[in-house]
Amino acid sequence: MSIASYVLGVIAALITLGVVIEMLRRRQLRERHAVWWLIAGTLALIIGVFPPVLAWSAHLVGVEVPTNLVFFVSIAILFLVSIQHSAELTVLETKTRVLAEEAALQKLRMQELERRIRHMEAPSND
Amino acid sequence: MTSPLARTLVVLPALNEEGSVGDVVREVFAKLPGVQCLVVDDGSTDATASVALQAGAAVASLPFNLGVGGAMRVGFKYAIEHGFHNVVQVDSDGQHDPAGVAALVEALERSDLVMGARFAGEGDYTVKGPRRWAMVVLSTILSRLARTKLTDTTSGFRASGPRAVALFSDHYPAEYLGDTIESLVIAARSGLRIEQVPVAMRPRAAGQPSQNPFKAAAYLGRACLALVFALMRPPIALKESLEVGP
Repeated sequence: MSIASYVLGVIAALITLGVVIEMLRRRQLRERHAVWWLIAGTLALIIGVFPPVLAWSAHLVGVEVPTNLVFFVSIAILFLVSIQHSAELTVLETKTRVLAEEAALQKLRMQELERRIRHMEAPSND
Repeated sequence: MTSPLARTLVVLPALNEEGSVGDVVREVFAKLPGVQCLVVDDGSTDATASVALQAGAAVASLPFNLGVGGAMRVGFKYAIEHGFHNVVQVDSDGQHDPAGVAALVEALERSDLVMGARFAGEGDYTVKGPRRWAMVVLSTILSRLARTKLTDTTSGFRASGPRAVALFSDHYPAEYLGDTIESLVIAARSGLRIEQVPVAMRPRAAGQPSQNPFKAAAYLGRACLALVFALMRPPIALKESLEVGP
């Protein structure tokens, strides 16, 4: 492994972690959405700084080509994040729908009240 | 003692039905004395809401389209808030004859959910091919689940009694096909009594239901999927406090 690729790995991991933490700091990302990205960034940083860790852990779980372990873990994390997003989307759709239902009922109620008020005011105008 | 019709809310979910909704509302008031009528405008882009209002119905306008399930949820919530005991769903395209509402409400004396069925003897409504098979498959499974004979499970002409209104105001499904298939599953598994009453259907004012075999097959697939998902979900316990308004 050349010194250049070593530096590239470490810097990429640091940038990922830096972006996630900065977004958390600015409240553009909520903790529960950031957790997966923090885990992924930390793993990338560990492997970037200590490359033998990758070969060792690949050997431990019986993966012959260490790079394949990287792909497997990356896909697994992306998969879990997608599922989390689908679930959040479902929750948001439900909330939006309930708000729409409530809005329709409130509007109807307001129209009814306005009609009654006009009715009450009309005779007293003489 | 007020008549059952005075405690009944007729709900018409309407999406771009300015051509027919006015006539349906007037027909409901003419044929069903004492009944209240709520049109749920499901995000229409035409004059559906104002036509319905002029015809004398209460109109709840949804800000965007939610589908029949979402529109009916508004109807059930309105019924709970205003103390109605029964909710009858009627299509706003004029396909359902409002005269049939009386028979449905009468059947609510002994059942919680009454389906107006198209194939149960009255009327001359026929469907052929894969769409027919889909209905046969669905009605076989749902009949067993509901412990009564159901022949027209996708009927949008149905009446809900107080127990069904309480259940549906919180748990009426809003997904595609959920309003017909899943709502029956929810009702049956919550222990509601379900019954079917024959009603006559009129041909739709414009257009015929699609007989395209691919569309029918897709419909069968989606319906079966909806049924499987509905059966996989945990049953909903019926709330014991069933006192509904004055």
